[in-house]
Amino acid sequence: MKRITELKAPAYFIASAAVGGREEWQGPLGGSFDFIDPSDSFGQSTWEMAEAEMGRVALNVALRKCDLSHSDIDVIIAGDLQNQCVASAIALDSFGIPHIGVYGACSTCTESLMLASAMLSLGSYKRVATLTTSHNLAAERQFRAPTEYGAQRPPAAQWTATAGGAFILSTDDEIINENRRRGLPVSACITDFLVGRLIDGAIKDGANMGAAMAFAAADSILSYFEESDLTPRDFDLIVTGDLGAVGSRILREILKEKLPSAVSRHEDCGLLLYDMSSKDVHAGASGCGTSASVLSTHFLPMLERGEVGDILFLSTGALMSQSSLLQGNSIRGVAPAVHLKSLTANNKRSSDKISAPCCNNDEVRISDTEAYEKQPSGSNAEGKPGYTRPDSGQISENNGESEVRG
Amino acid sequence: MDIYTNEGKKKLIKENTPRSTLGKNLVKSFLIGGAISGGGEALRILLLKIGVAEKQAPVYVSLTIVSIAAVLTLLGVFDSIARHAGAGTLVPISGFSNAVTSQAIDAKSEGLVLGVGAKIFSICGPVILFGLAAGVIYGAIYYIAISFGW
Amino acid sequence: MITDIILAFLFGGAVCAAVQIFIDKTMLTPARILVTLVTIGVLLYAVGLYEPLYEIFGCGISVPLVGFGASIARGVREAIDQVGAFGILTGGLTATSAGITLALLLGLAFSIIGHGKRRNIPKKRGIRPHSM
Repeated sequence: MKRITELKAPAYFIASAAVGGREEWQGPLGGSFDFIDPSDSFGQSTWEMAEAEMGRVALNVALRKCDLSHSDIDVIIAGDLQNQCVASAIALDSFGIPHIGVYGACSTCTESLMLASAMLSLGSYKRVATLTTSHNLAAERQFRAPTEYGAQRPPAAQWTATAGGAFILSTDDEIINENRRRGLPVSACITDFLVGRLIDGAIKDGANMGAAMAFAAADSILSYFEESDLTPRDFDLIVTGDLGAVGSRILREILKEKLPSAVSRHEDCGLLLYDMSSKDVHAGASGCGTSASVLSTHFLPMLERGEVGDILFLSTGALMSQSSLLQGNSIRGVAPAVHLKSLTANNKRSSDKISAPCCNNDEVRISDTEAYEKQPSGSNAEGKPGYTRPDSGQISENNGESEVRG
Repeated sequence: MDIYTNEGKKKLIKENTPRSTLGKNLVKSFLIGGAISGGGEALRILLLKIGVAEKQAPVYVSLTIVSIAAVLTLLGVFDSIARHAGAGTLVPISGFSNAVTSQAIDAKSEGLVLGVGAKIFSICGPVILFGLAAGVIYGAIYYIAISFGW
Repeated sequence: MITDIILAFLFGGAVCAAVQIFIDKTMLTPARILVTLVTIGVLLYAVGLYEPLYEIFGCGISVPLVGFGASIARGVREAIDQVGAFGILTGGLTATSAGITLALLLGLAFSIIGHGKRRNIPKKRGIRPHSM
C-alpha cells in the first residue's frame, strides 16, 4: 500500500490568517496573530457563535491579505470542534463558497490542507481555502463541564485554544505569478502528503489526549520515512499539532528508539502557543485551532523567511465523544501529515523536484518582505489587517467584513 | 519498546504522564475545606445563641453555604477558587451548589426549559437520585426491622 | 466554643483532604465522588455512626456532602416513625427540600441574570507574565 501521495503540482499557500483570543495574544506568538479579541466573545452572545465569528474573521483576513474576494474561492474545506462542525457552517453561509465540512478533531487543520491540495491537483479548481477553528469555552461546554464549574484539571490536561486559521491555496502558475507581481508573498507549498491511519490510543482518559494521539503521530512519522526516499535529515522540522508535554514526551521516546534522527527535529504547536513558563496551562494547548494558528503565525513565516526549508507537518486528532468515553471506549488518534516546502529557503536538498513558477525570479523574491508591509492593511493603526489593540475590547466594525456580509 | 499493543502503549503512557502534586493539593484542600466547615460551625453556634432550634441550625448553615457558593459562581470566581481548593470546595455542600448554578448559567443560551430546566440537573441530579435511592433502601430495611420489632 | 470550631475545621478539612487523594490518585470524576459521598452519608447514619460524629464535630461532618446523605436517612427514619411505610418515600426529599429548592431556585435566578465568563489560564506563581 502506497501511502504518500506526491502532488502533480505543488499547492502554494497564497495567503494565511490567524485569529485568537486573549490567552493566545498573551502567548509568545501573540504579536503575529492577524486578529485578536481579548474578550474571547468576538462580539457574540454565545461561545458557539463566537467560534463561528472567529472563523468568519479569519477567512476574511486571509482573503484580504491576497486581495481576493469570496467569489474567487472555488471551494472551502472547513472544520471545527463543535458537533457536526456547526461553527464553520454558521461562519461560512454568508460567503456562498461551495463548502466541504471535515472533522478530524484536532487534526482538522492538516486534514483540510491535505484535501485542499489533493483537490487542486485535480486541475479543475483554481483556489481552495481551508478554515479551522476551536474555542476554549465552546469546547469546554461540549466536551467537559460548564464554564463556571469548579473542578481541578489534572497535570496532563491541555487547554483548548481559542484560535482559528484560514489558508488559501492554489496550484495555478498564473495566480501565483499574479500574486508575485502585486507584491504578495508566496512563501511555501505542499508537495506531498500522507493520510494518517487510525491508531487506538489505549487510553480512556479524556484529560490526557496528548498521550492518546502520540501513537498516531509516531505511526505517521515512521510510515512516512519508511516509504519516502527522504530521511528526517532532509527536514528542518517535524512539527506535530497538539501533543502537548505528555504526548511529545511519549512521541520522542518512541522516535528515540525507532528513528533517532527525528527526535531533535520535533516541535509541537501545543507547546508553542502559550508561554509555558509563566502560565499554568498544564500540558500545553490543544484543539484544532492550535496547529492552524501556529502554522499561520509561526511556521509559515519561518518558511517565508527561508529559515527552514522543509517541514513535515502533522496535526494530531483525538477522536472521541463524551458518550464514547462514558461507554468505555478508548480514544482513537489520527495524524495526517503534509510536507511543507519553503520557496525562499536556499534549499539544495530536493528543490529540483518541484518547479516553483516564481522561485527563479530573484527580483520578486527580494521584494517579498517589503511587499508584505505594503499589503492592503486593515482599519487600524497597527498596520496589520484586522488587528485590534487588545485594550479596545470589541471587534472594530469596519474591519472589512461587512462587504462580504452584504 | 512495544508500541503496537495496548499493553505497550499503556506502559508508555503511564511512564510519561505526570502525577498530580499531591502534597500541595492536599494542604490546600484541607485548609479550604476545613475553613468552610469551621466557618459553618461558627455560624451554627451563633444561630444557636440567637435562639434558632437545635435541629434547624445546620440546615440554615447549609443554606448559607449554598447561597454563597451560588453567588460566587454567578460572579465567576468560584472556578478560580476551586482550581486551588479541589476537594476543598467540591466536598462541602458548596460543590453541589456550584454544580447547579454553573450548569444553569451555562445552559442559558439553550433556552429556559430544555436548556436551564433540563441541564440544571446534569451534575446534581445523580447526587439527589442516588442519595434518595440509598435513603429508600435504608428506609425499607428500617421499616421491616421495626415492624418485626428488632 | 472555639474547640467546636477547631474540631469542625479539622474534621471537615480531613474529609476534603481524603477525597483529594481519591481525585488525584484515581480517575474518579467529581460527579462520582459526590454520589459516593452522599451514599456514604446515608450509610453512616444507617449504622448509627453519624449522630455521635455530629455531636463531636458538628458542621465538620454536616457541611461536607455526607451531611446531605445523612439528612436524607434521618428524614426517612423520622417519617417512618411518624407515618409508617409511607415515610420511606416522603422522608428523604422532605428533609432535604430546603437545600435542594434553594440551590435550584438560585440556579434558575442566576441563569436569568448571569452569563458565563471567559476564563484565564492561571499564572504560575513567582514568575513574571510574558511581557506584551
